[in-house]
This record gives sequence, C-alpha cells and structure tokens, in this order.
Amino acid sequence: MAAAPDSVGGTSPGGLIGWIDERFPLTKLWREQVSEYYAPKNFNFWYYFGVLSIVVLVNQLVTGIFLTMNYKPSAAEAFGSVEYIMRDLDWGWLIRYMHSTGASAFFIVVYLHMFRALLYGSYRKPRELLWIFGCLIYLLLMAEAFMGYVLPWGNMSFWGAQVITSLFGSLPIIGGSLVEWIRGDFVIADATLNRFFALHVAALPLALVFLVVAHLMALHEVGSNNPDGIEIKKLKGADGHPLDGIPFHPYYTVKDLAGIAFFLTLFAAVIFFAPTFFGVFLEEANFEPANPLQTPPHIAPVWYFTPFYAMLRAVPSFAGTQVWGVLVMGAAIVVLFFLPWLDRSPVKSIRYKGPIYKVALAIFSVSFVILGVCGLKPPSGIYPLLAKICTALYFAFFLLMPWYTKIDSVKPVPERVTGHA
Amino acid sequence: MLKRLTLLAVLLLPAGFAAAQEGENYLHAGTDIYNTESLQRGARNFMNYCSGCHSLQYLRYNRMGTDLKIPPADLAALMFTSNKAFDHIISAMPADSEQWFGKKPPDLTLITRAKGVDYVYSFLKGFYVDPKRLWGVNNQYYPNEAMPAVLSSLQGLQKPVFKSESVDGQEKMVLTGLELIPPPPGEEKRYLTPAEYDDFVRDTVNFLDYAGEPIKAKRQSLGIFVVLFLLVFFVFAFLLKKEYWKDVH
Repeated sequence: MAAAPDSVGGTSPGGLIGWIDERFPLTKLWREQVSEYYAPKNFNFWYYFGVLSIVVLVNQLVTGIFLTMNYKPSAAEAFGSVEYIMRDLDWGWLIRYMHSTGASAFFIVVYLHMFRALLYGSYRKPRELLWIFGCLIYLLLMAEAFMGYVLPWGNMSFWGAQVITSLFGSLPIIGGSLVEWIRGDFVIADATLNRFFALHVAALPLALVFLVVAHLMALHEVGSNNPDGIEIKKLKGADGHPLDGIPFHPYYTVKDLAGIAFFLTLFAAVIFFAPTFFGVFLEEANFEPANPLQTPPHIAPVWYFTPFYAMLRAVPSFAGTQVWGVLVMGAAIVVLFFLPWLDRSPVKSIRYKGPIYKVALAIFSVSFVILGVCGLKPPSGIYPLLAKICTALYFAFFLLMPWYTKIDSVKPVPERVTGHA
Repeated sequence: MLKRLTLLAVLLLPAGFAAAQEGENYLHAGTDIYNTESLQRGARNFMNYCSGCHSLQYLRYNRMGTDLKIPPADLAALMFTSNKAFDHIISAMPADSEQWFGKKPPDLTLITRAKGVDYVYSFLKGFYVDPKRLWGVNNQYYPNEAMPAVLSSLQGLQKPVFKSESVDGQEKMVLTGLELIPPPPGEEKRYLTPAEYDDFVRDTVNFLDYAGEPIKAKRQSLGIFVVLFLLVFFVFAFLLKKEYWKDVH
C-alpha cells in the first residue's frame, strides 16, 4: 500500500486508500477532522474530559450491547437475569460493572467537562450552538441513565422510577394521564420496564450518538476554545495555519492517550476494588428485587441526580400543589441553555475576568456539590435549609449574570496564548 | 488558587458521599472472603442450619464446590434438596410457608450485598427472649422479626437488658444490650462457648458474603494486575507525549 506523505497538501495517495478516496472522502475527512485540525497548543488538565466522555460513551455502547444479549426485560425475569450475568456468564460481572461504573463515570467527566466551559467561557460566541448541543446531550444522558437504572429491577429501581415518574403527575390537568402514558400502567410495572428497555437500548443511544456527532461537527467548524479564551484563528502564519495551533494528530492524540490511560487506571480501580463505590454507584437497596409492597428505608436517586432532587424537595408546596418544585427542577436545566446570552463579560476566560465572576463561580460550584449531598440525605436537620439556600444560589449565578459580568473588572487579554501544558 | 480549591472540592466529592453512608450501630463481623477454611465451615453451617428454610437461589452447588475447594464427596453430603451439582441451592420450604411464619423465609443470596455483613452478623447474635412474640424471641437489630431463634441450640438463650430513659418527658424502657441466660447445671456442654458461637456466626456470614458475589476474591486479585498494567501503560503513553511535544514551543 503505497501512500504519498500526507503532509503534501492535495496529493492523493495511491493503492487501496486512493481507490477509496476516489469514491469516499476518507483522506479528506482524516485531514480536516484530525491531522490538519488545528487545536490551541495551551490545553490544560480540564481539556481531557471531552475525549474522556467519548471513551466512556463507547464503553457504555459496547458493554451495553453485550448486556442486552443476556438481559431479560420482563418484571419476572429482569432481576434474575442480572444475577445470571454476574454469576453464570463468562466475564459477565466485568461487563456489568464496566457498564454500571461507566454510568457514574459518564456523569463525572461530563460535569467536569461542563465546568471547564464555565471556567473558560467555551459557551460564548461563536460556540453557542456547540454549548446547546452539549446541554441536549446532558439532558438525554439523564434520561438514558434514569431508564438504565430501572432495568435491573431492584427495589430502588422500582421506587426511584415510581417517585420520578409521579413528578409528572403534579402538572395541572394533563398530569394524571401523562404519568399513565409514561408508565404504560397505573404503577411502575412490566409494561414500564419494556418501554424503558426499548428507549434505553435503541432510541436514546441513537439520539445521543447523533448529538455527539453534531457537537463535534460544531466544534470543528468554529475551532476549540482554550484556557486563555483567545480565538487562535485570528492570527495565522504564512502557511495559513493558526500560529498558536498545533495539529490534533499527532499532538493531542498522544496527549489524550496518556490522559485516557490515567483515567482508565482510576476507572479500573473502581471496577475491580469498589464496584458499588460504598453504595453510591450501586445502591444497597437495589440488591433486593423490586417489591411494590415495601419501600426502601430511604429513597434517593443515584448521586448524579441528587442536586436536582434536592431542589425539588427544597421548594415547598404552594396553592395546594407540588408542581413548583418540579418546575424549579426543570428550570435548573433549562437555564443552562441560555448561558451564552447571560454572560456579558467582554472576556471569555476566567483568567481575565474579575473577582466577582471568580467568587460567583466558586459559590455556584460549592452550592451544586452541597445540593448533591442534600439530595442524598433524608430531608431532616440542617439539610432542607441548606438545600433552599443553595437552590437560590444556583439560580442567582445564572439570573444575575448579565449584571455582575458587566460591572466586573477585567484584565487585558494577550494577543497570543500563554504557554502550554 | 480558586482553580485548586474547586479541583479539590470536586475530588473530595466521593469522600463526602462515602461519609454520607454511615450505618447503624452494628457489631463488626470481621469476615474474610480469602479465608477458604472459614468459607467451607460457613457453607457447612449454612447447609445444616439455614438451608432448610432459606434458599440461595442464584448460587449453584458446583460453583460453591469449585470456589470453596470442597471435594465432590463432601459437596454431595451438603446437598439436601437436590442430587444434581449444577442445581441452585433451593430450600425445602413448601410454597405455603408464609402461613407458618407470617412471611416467606427470604432468599439469602444477596442479603450481605443488600444489608452488609455487619448487619447479618449482628442479627444472628441479636435474638433475645420475648414472650410477646410468636416464637418467643425478638431481635435487637431487627425488632419484631418473624424468624425463630434457630441457633439457640448452639448459643443458648439471651435475655434483654433494659434501661429506663426519659424520652420527651416520658419514662421509657430502652433496650441497651443482651445477656446470655446461663444453661441449667450439667447442660453447659450442649452449647458453644460465646467465643465459639461468634466464630460460628462469623464463618456463616463470611460464606453469605461469598454467596452474594462469588467472583469477589478473583475480581480483587485480578484488579491488581489490571491497575498495574494500566499504570505502566500510562507511563509509556506519558513519555510518548513528552517526546512528541518536544517541538511545541
């Protein structure tokens, strides 16, 4: 297979690749998206979480396919089929733990990936659509994770699904019939499990993959942001490439390889030594089969939903309905979509933003973590009050942003990116 | 500085969750799934004292025999309800056993995963005499449970120790502990000593911990190699990155 060096622009390789290139833009795609996609040279630690999201997505897709081969989506058999996978299927335990740990890992890397965007203003013009696609991915991911959590048909699966689906029942007029429509029954039952299975293994993964492709296309169209929040395309060299850019391949492929190796080390450590992660990734109550007659001692969603669950509980019922909590929880997600237009700072990166934004982001991050803890705890003692305060702080971060980013002082942004990691 | 703090907060997140899982005041079971002899004794205890009522519906006899290194002849002696080694361990309870106890004896395959080894250990040591209950016993760690004190033929009977405490201005009797009722003179030999009984329960709970996840020991020993391999791979990947990035200025 003779191939001309691909650094010579425009030369088409011969052989098999040449044959394909005449029929499909293989070399063209490779060049545009990888070997000649110029990324800023100053990516730091926070820039690993994008590629790690893809790694975890692939992990979920591949292990999920193998789980599907042995899982039985029926109320009578689901719980037992998971134990069959754990015990009788060769390496089934590994596939199952990779999938269950992968679900939590997905949220860890996605939360850090989103936090990176908050740090460096990656949602700002011209990356608004990139951010919106990302928010949609996050939303779909929550639906995907929720339905996946129901499938093992443990008691927490059952009661978690019961609680979350009943939230829709608080909506006026349509609430009752909407809940029935979602469940396919009056309670969580066999019909619910079947449809959640269909959505979890076919509909939502398809939509997720489609959105991830759109997310990457938007990214490669506008180019990556960087810790300095500078558009590297503004300063190009004689060769037409950005002065502060380096080809994604080989520079970021080898760098990401090291990052992936480090991530996989931690990932494997959890899978092999603490697959339940002390009852956080796999909850104890879920080792008991679904029992409609017995609620677990304390129903809490899995950790990645708990910030929003805490918001739901923080809002008191008012005018005889609980719907306000549901609306607040929904608004907490919806507000993310408007972020590109809420930030009025003349600079993108936190490096050049003033103290007000730094303090606001710190308070927001701490509030989100505290909300997560509140959602895990029973609503007693200090936790309801903490949840109320942190819910207010969560929304204040977004809703007051147009004002505090405008009055905040900024530092001058340099022409070129500063250093590289 | 801010960056460091947020990073720290993010990394400490799991620790906070772990701390959120604090349990009740159970006794410490001190089990060890790597102690095969203890697991073998536990399997024998379970088959002789528990399997009449409680199934291990997801565990097969031959899997147990292989993992616990029980010779086929000894394994056959432990199989009361089946003569096929690939069968699951199913109790002899008839379908209407609910009428006997008010509740079907639960399957115990995943009991340690659902409740923890410390709970099961405490439960088996927590029976005390309570004439108000159907079987004349109650349990310190699972009040008003439906199970008779099956192991009292080994442990002997315990009596509760109450303390009068004022709760919300009312005097209430609070259970503070249990005390072994001394057997009648001359019958001490019929019972295990308290230390022997603790070992008996520990072995049994250890076996149940194994039954909850038969792969656990292998998973952990395999994990050491996987993590070491990935660490070495990381070092080489990191060196490769350094080499490539030499010409980035």
